[in-house]
This record gives sequence, structure tokens and C-alpha cells, in this order.
Amino acid sequence: MLHISPEEIAETLLMVHQQHLDIRTVTLGVSIDDCAADTTQEISARLYEKVTRAAERLVPVAEQIEREYGVPIRNKRISVSPVAGIAGRCTGEDLTPIAEAMDRAAETAGVDFIGGFSALVHKGVGAADDALIRSIPSALAATQRVCSSVNVASTRTGINVDAVARMAHTIKETAALTAEADSIGCAKLVVFANMVEDNPFMAGAVHGSGEADVVINVGISGPGVVRAVIAAMPPEADLTAVAEAIKATSFKITRAGELVAREAARRLGVAMGIVDLSLAPTPAEGDSVAEILEAMGVERCGAPGTTTALALLNDAVKKGGAMGTSSVGGLSGAFIPVSEDAGMVRAVECGALNLEKLEAMTAVCSVGLDMIAVPGETPAETLAGIISDACAIGVINNKTTAARLIPAVGKVAGDHVSWGGLLGAAPVMSVSEWSSAAFVRRGGRMPAPLSSLRN
Amino acid sequence: MKTRAVLSVLGADRVGIVATIATALAELSVNIEDIRQTILSDVFSMTMLVTIDEDIHPFEDIQARLAEVAEAIGMQVTLQREDVFRFMHRV
Repeated sequence: MLHISPEEIAETLLMVHQQHLDIRTVTLGVSIDDCAADTTQEISARLYEKVTRAAERLVPVAEQIEREYGVPIRNKRISVSPVAGIAGRCTGEDLTPIAEAMDRAAETAGVDFIGGFSALVHKGVGAADDALIRSIPSALAATQRVCSSVNVASTRTGINVDAVARMAHTIKETAALTAEADSIGCAKLVVFANMVEDNPFMAGAVHGSGEADVVINVGISGPGVVRAVIAAMPPEADLTAVAEAIKATSFKITRAGELVAREAARRLGVAMGIVDLSLAPTPAEGDSVAEILEAMGVERCGAPGTTTALALLNDAVKKGGAMGTSSVGGLSGAFIPVSEDAGMVRAVECGALNLEKLEAMTAVCSVGLDMIAVPGETPAETLAGIISDACAIGVINNKTTAARLIPAVGKVAGDHVSWGGLLGAAPVMSVSEWSSAAFVRRGGRMPAPLSSLRN
Repeated sequence: MKTRAVLSVLGADRVGIVATIATALAELSVNIEDIRQTILSDVFSMTMLVTIDEDIHPFEDIQARLAEVAEAIGMQVTLQREDVFRFMHRV
């Protein structure tokens, strides 16, 4: 007996073929704790060997699952433990060779990105963290596939403003070193508050210390499917009905992710980690989170009501998704990266969406200020102010926030930058002319909020 | 190993679609358990539940053969493991 109705089969095929349903990423998390050594050369050799062996079958297995189940898997990626954690004995060295080994390992494994050139400095900067942060600009300039992330704040510890300021300068240096490619290095560098240990999405994927040696984490996608469902509803459908429809759709999308995660883990013989319930846009037309909000009724993303629409979307996706998997993890919230979302780009270009509105939206969804090109002349202190504001929202609200800002060298507000592929293209957004310098230069730490005292 | 899968066929209606698909499946030792077929505005739509013996023909070989058949008759033919539908449409 056919237990599935032909309508349900047709719906699934429609989701895949016309509404861009895909699994955004299957990410293999690999612990590199046993790669610590006395020199970067030795670490690099061990890391390359460990990662390439662990990821040997990742791409063929993912491709096999993709074919057999008929659900595209857009990206296959690797995350490793934060590199600062294994570099404690070579703090006098430039750590770029380790990033180059990661790059080679990613190339050998056939993945487009590898994350984990990372450090956690939310309370203090250790010697290895210092060496890693110092190496970020050259590491990102010397590699294609390596992503870097630094956690500078947490609800438990507050905001390390010294680290925020340091990262702002690091972003500027990275922009300068990759100036000829629209400062693309910064597109691979993210600054976090409340970084998670099992995020499958780039640029912030790392393999946390609480994880098994090797795990499979899956990031779902499907903004196009959600948009199509809302667009098909009558205009008089109220927001409760819209939330209900999103929940039902999110359940289906998440189940596809759960199935892929289980199968990939089984076939690779590793632990299944998490399914990340994030709606992740791509630059492809129709695969946009902004267009979901517009389908709900705001004329352009950024118009008053946008934050409410995003909050509704984000919450409904989680409610439906939580029924679809018992392994919810990662960031699990809608992404609003500007350059990777055609609807966001349109909204910025027509003046509906600005940095301040994006900051407000950050409070009700995942990630924060993501893939935002700003003028190359933006002072580091202003970048630090923007980053610390994103962190403050995360720290106070006990959620992950992050900033991925690209001060594009030689560009001014209104110019365009283009990085190609999934990173997309974006207009350069204007930033406040008012200075944050005196505030940021105070340094120190914004103490942990009272809400952190929960024991 | 026996695997249940869903075969979907979509495209312009013509003579012999079911015969062509069914013949190909028989040659691949694929057993047809259920068929639903309809024609809407000259578009032929067929959904089959089939059982594949992967010890005889691996899943991927069957997909490859069906892709050739699809090409020959100018139809969209998709073979997917049944779990994906069960997962997505049942609580």
C-alpha cells in the first residue's frame, strides 16, 4: 500500500524543484585536541592527517544521500576545535601555517569551507589566543577555505571590550590584506557573543570541547518553501494562521534535515550531533528570508513591522522544528545576512533597510549583523561600537549574536562589493558618523548581567 | 537488502509510458507494489511504490538506468527512498 499520498509526493518534489528546498550544510565536526605540538609545523602535519582521514568519505556519502533521497545537500563542510586550544606551545610563532594546513585539508576533502581558526576570549586573552588573533589577517589572506571566529562576550561573563576593540582592528587589517578582492577575508571572520559549540554554519562553525571526537551536524534551509506557503495564503489570513502555516512547513523541512543527519552519521559511522533549525538564505532569487517578511505584508524588509514579522517567523520555525527533531542545536534561528539574501540587498538599495534596523532585528533572530559591507574608512572604534552593541543584545538576552562586518577598502556608502558564490554581493551601507572612540577606548569588561546569576 | 522507494513520473502524455517504465523496472528486478496514475491538462503524472532488492541491483544503478529511460521518453523520472516522504509528512 502507498502510505504516502500522491499529493504529498508532489508537494515534496515541488519544494525541491521550485522552492529551493535543500539541506544547507552537512558539517563534520572533528576534534583536533590530539594535534597539539611544540611547533606550528608539527601541528599542521598532525591536523592535516587527522582532518583528511576523518573527512575522507564525507563528500561521497553526502552526495550518495542527496541522490537517493532526492533532497539536495548544498554544502559539505568541516569544523575543528578552536585552533587556539592546541597552539599553547607555539605562542611566539605566526599561526598562519596551521590555517594553511586546514585549507589543504579542506581541499583534499572536497569541502568549500573549514571552520575553527578560532579563540574564545570572552573573559580574557591567553597567550595562544593572542597568537591566534594576531595571525587572523594573514591566515585569511593566505587561504581560500578557512573561516575564523572569536568569541568576545557571553552572558555568564559579560563583554570583553578590550577583545572587541582588538577584533575591530583585526577586521580592518584583514580588510586591508584582502583589499584586491573586496576585502573578502572579512567575510570569513565572525565575532561572537555566546558562541555555540555545535554550529554547522560558516563562518562561525567550530567543534566544541563538549562534543564527541567526530560528529555530524546538519543545517536545514528552505526560505523559499516558507515564502511560497505564505504567498499561497489568502491576504486576509491572520498572523496566527501564518504562524501555524510556518510551523507545519518548518516541521517538514526539519524532518528532511533529521533524516539526512541520521543517515550521514550512520553511513560514516560517527555520532549524530544536531540539526540546526536556521532558515538560511542564498543569493539565488526566491531563496530569501527578506521575501518571507515581505510575503507576510511589510512592503519592504526594514519597514515598520519587520521586527515583529521576523520574531514571528523565527519562533514558528523553532516550534515546528522542535517537533521534527530531538537534537535541536547550533544557532537555530533565522539568518539575515545582507549580501547572501537578494531581498535584503534590494531592501538596502531602496533605502528601506539600514544598519540600525538590522541591529533591532538581531534581537529577535539568530546571528546578528551578518555580511554587512561598510565603508573602508570606517574607524576601528566605530566597528568596535557596532560589534559591542550586537554583543550587548546577545549578552542581555541570553542568546547568540555575532557580527560579520566587511569594511571594504576603497569603497564608500552606496558602492558595491561582490564576493561571488554563496557569499554574494552587497551595497556598501552607511554607518553613523558619530564617534564611539572615547567609549571603546575605556576598554575593560562590561560585567556579566544580573541575569547570569542563576544558581 | 530490500528497500522501499517512491518513483514519480511527470511529463507530457503519450502512448506507452507505463509500459516503458514497467519494463525497465522488471528488467531491474524492481517489484511494483502500488501505482497511482492520472492525467491533468495533458500532463501525465504517475506515482509508484516499489521494492528494490539492492543485493541484485544497487540503488544508484537503478537510478542511472531510469535516468536513461527518462531521457529516451522525455519525461521527468525521480526515484527516492520512501523514508524521505514518511519523515516529512508523518508526525
